[in-house]
Amino acid sequence: MYRFWGLLFFAVPIVGTIVYALAMLGVAPFAGLRLPANYNQAGVEIAHLYNVIHGIMAVVFVSTGLLLGWSVWRFGGRQLSGGQELGARYFTHSNLLELTWSVAAAGILVFLSLYQLNSWAENKLERPLVEIAGRMQPQPPLAKVVAKRFGWEFYHAGPDGRLDTPDDVYLENLLHVPFGEPVVLQLESRDVIHSFFVPGLRLKQDIVPGMQHFVWFKATSPVELEIICSELCGWGHYTMQARMQLVSRSDYDRWLAEQSPWKGFAAKEEQE
Amino acid sequence: MTADGFSLSGETSAVHEPHGSSSNPLVRFLGTWVFSRDHKVIGLQFLFSSLIWLGIGGLLALAIRWQLAWPWTEIPIIGRTLFAAEGGQITPQFYNVLFTMHATIMIFFVVVPILTGAFGNYLIPLMIGARDMAFPTMNMLSYWLMWPAFGCMIWAMATPERGPDFGWTAYPPLSVLFGDAQSLWVLGLVFVGISSMLGSINYITTVLQLRAPGMTLFRMPMTVWGLFITAILQAFALPVLTAALVMLLLEKVFQTGFFLPNGLEANSIQPLDGSGGQPLLWQHLFWFYSHPAVYIMVLPAMGMVSDMLSCGARKPLFGYRPMIYSMIAISGLGFIVWGHHMFVSGMSYFLSVSFMISTMLIALPSGVKVFNWLGTIWGGKLRMDSPTLFGLGFISMFIIGGLSGLLMAATPVDMVITDTYFIVAHFHYVLFGSSILGVFGAIYFWFPKMFGRMMNDFWGQVHFFLSFIFVNGTFFPMHFLGARGFLRRTADPYVVEGFRDLLPVNQFITWCAFGMAAAQVIFLINFLGSLFWGRKAEANPWRANSLEWTVPNSPPHGNFAEIPQVYRGPYEYSYPGHDSDYWPQSEAPA
Ligand SMILES: [Cu+2]
Ligand SMILES: [Cu+2]
Repeated sequence: MYRFWGLLFFAVPIVGTIVYALAMLGVAPFAGLRLPANYNQAGVEIAHLYNVIHGIMAVVFVSTGLLLGWSVWRFGGRQLSGGQELGARYFTHSNLLELTWSVAAAGILVFLSLYQLNSWAENKLERPLVEIAGRMQPQPPLAKVVAKRFGWEFYHAGPDGRLDTPDDVYLENLLHVPFGEPVVLQLESRDVIHSFFVPGLRLKQDIVPGMQHFVWFKATSPVELEIICSELCGWGHYTMQARMQLVSRSDYDRWLAEQSPWKGFAAKEEQE
Repeated sequence: MTADGFSLSGETSAVHEPHGSSSNPLVRFLGTWVFSRDHKVIGLQFLFSSLIWLGIGGLLALAIRWQLAWPWTEIPIIGRTLFAAEGGQITPQFYNVLFTMHATIMIFFVVVPILTGAFGNYLIPLMIGARDMAFPTMNMLSYWLMWPAFGCMIWAMATPERGPDFGWTAYPPLSVLFGDAQSLWVLGLVFVGISSMLGSINYITTVLQLRAPGMTLFRMPMTVWGLFITAILQAFALPVLTAALVMLLLEKVFQTGFFLPNGLEANSIQPLDGSGGQPLLWQHLFWFYSHPAVYIMVLPAMGMVSDMLSCGARKPLFGYRPMIYSMIAISGLGFIVWGHHMFVSGMSYFLSVSFMISTMLIALPSGVKVFNWLGTIWGGKLRMDSPTLFGLGFISMFIIGGLSGLLMAATPVDMVITDTYFIVAHFHYVLFGSSILGVFGAIYFWFPKMFGRMMNDFWGQVHFFLSFIFVNGTFFPMHFLGARGFLRRTADPYVVEGFRDLLPVNQFITWCAFGMAAAQVIFLINFLGSLFWGRKAEANPWRANSLEWTVPNSPPHGNFAEIPQVYRGPYEYSYPGHDSDYWPQSEAPA
């Protein structure tokens, strides 16, 4: 019977790794069970990190899992018989072994800590710079994203390039963004915490009311992406989504010129 | 029941409390079984109430799974009764109640109380050679404070909203502006917090003050070490949560302005003055407790698994001291990693880097523990019975749950997988795959001591096999869902076009969850049946070394006829030259 249990514990690393490999390679029927298609330049590095960590995990997972399975297969005894079960080897510790695996594990962890820093900096620390008035300054946001229960408001900076001016172009649940260049968005919330999640850009940022957040990315192709709220915001949380239309710079400028000044803005002002 | 299983014979020999002497049978019954100050009875009270809540929390999980597999369809049999007004289907608001209550119940009413309340109470005095806890009355209070908490939660679920719906993390402003049944939920958790604090002070004092002669700290079984360190964690982390909960309550009731910022527009219409609060403050306070809570929910199980495996392998625990040092390291580092829950929350991204590094570091002691468990079974003579199997299952599942934590520690990757089912997969591998499987093993292991009868080992093994298969069937595919970005806490994820093709995977998961529930029915029948009809157990059926096996089963009040003298550590199995394959801690050297 203990052979059976040995096989069961062997099966964990073997089946687990095979299924995971098939999923990551996109083989049917496991196709589609991996990171979604990426349309953000910074997403490449994230996928790379994801794969490197999976590689390390796979080595540890398979080696410890096989060791566990082998221990059960090899050292599994009989059921409790009431008799003496002599024959177990008596050893209590090994400082050399403890030292070896601690140092090895610590080495891997330190490597991982350092290895990911660049990607984090690229995504969250180093906002793109542009030259304004002869000085390199943080790139101004292309649009303001306002989250509310349960929808999204998008205020595109008009031809003057500034937010909160009368030429802003307001759209509900649809964001226009040019691809092929760095884009900065400004995020705000009207009521509770929401989260701006674009799976296709591998980008996520919580939006805390009372705070201003900035995200940036460089989209690579003209596609339409889904924006979803990934922080619980109430009963309608699951309905809270919008679309991001990626267009070329020239199309974006033309679209902006056609919209501006956005007719609805004055009407909205009056209403309030 | 009192005749054999719950033997009371010790009442006459080792009584040191007055309640046994009353002549009124009702008073005597209440004193012995209800308002008992005996740590063993209190432990069993925790055990039974936690198991009942485990059942309730499990049913809530099945309802969640139903919605994710067959969204907005009528639940068979019970749907019409429960949701008559909605045509038998779950509403979006109630779906939020489901996962909020599932988490609240499983964390605060099941895993924490079953580990610290049930096993902590039952085992600590027996294992260190004490007659009882240091403060028996406080101990009784710590159990009875759970009942107001139960009451608050049941009351919350009886309100028209059917309970809190803001997630167990209760992030404001949501939990303040729109939090249904928030006050009851907060009050309930405050009671749980006080109960746990009383318990943890008791455990710390007991371990430090009441050890039998010869029981040095480094002769204590790992179970006691795990519970001891857990108690210290609780004593330092819980006050923070309790204070934060009170602040949350004040925010709701008196608009104090801790967490709500200025200019909020509830319903996007009405601007509110929140007096300049900061929502992130709650997250910091909350996770300052709730990250250590992860270790509170696993360290005791680690300790018990260490003891079961060493005994099952007939071989000393490998690296006893490194095991203890890694527990201490985990508990120390556990206080400075909470920010890994907040990498994209809007807190400083430089701060994220420091939390990332401490989180990476905390993986080290966990890894050391796994290697030492493997060293423990290596070269042993593994007794393949239910406790050992569950112990092995614990290691196997902890490897997966621990490794997937690496992806979350890596900040850029975490940005992609946070709030997705990857997280759900990760913590269920740790809390269910590891802790709960460990608890099952511990129940099989200490059942004979508690009730004087053995649980059926064959059905225990069937229970293990099915649980193991279905735990993996349920939680392993969730990693893939999370990689795809599949969100947790959404009533209908398929509203998002990109997730529609994931429906079949979710149906597979739900079928596995049903299988897992069915496997627990086997356990339930085995447990209840064995209480009454199980094979009579000897005092030391596993031939184990620690002190609890030297006293008769269902030990009398006061535990030991005579306080034992301890001569050695608890892991002297197959000691060379010794004539038996075990060597109890209190057996005098020849
Ligand atoms: Cu939301
Ligand atoms: Cu944590």
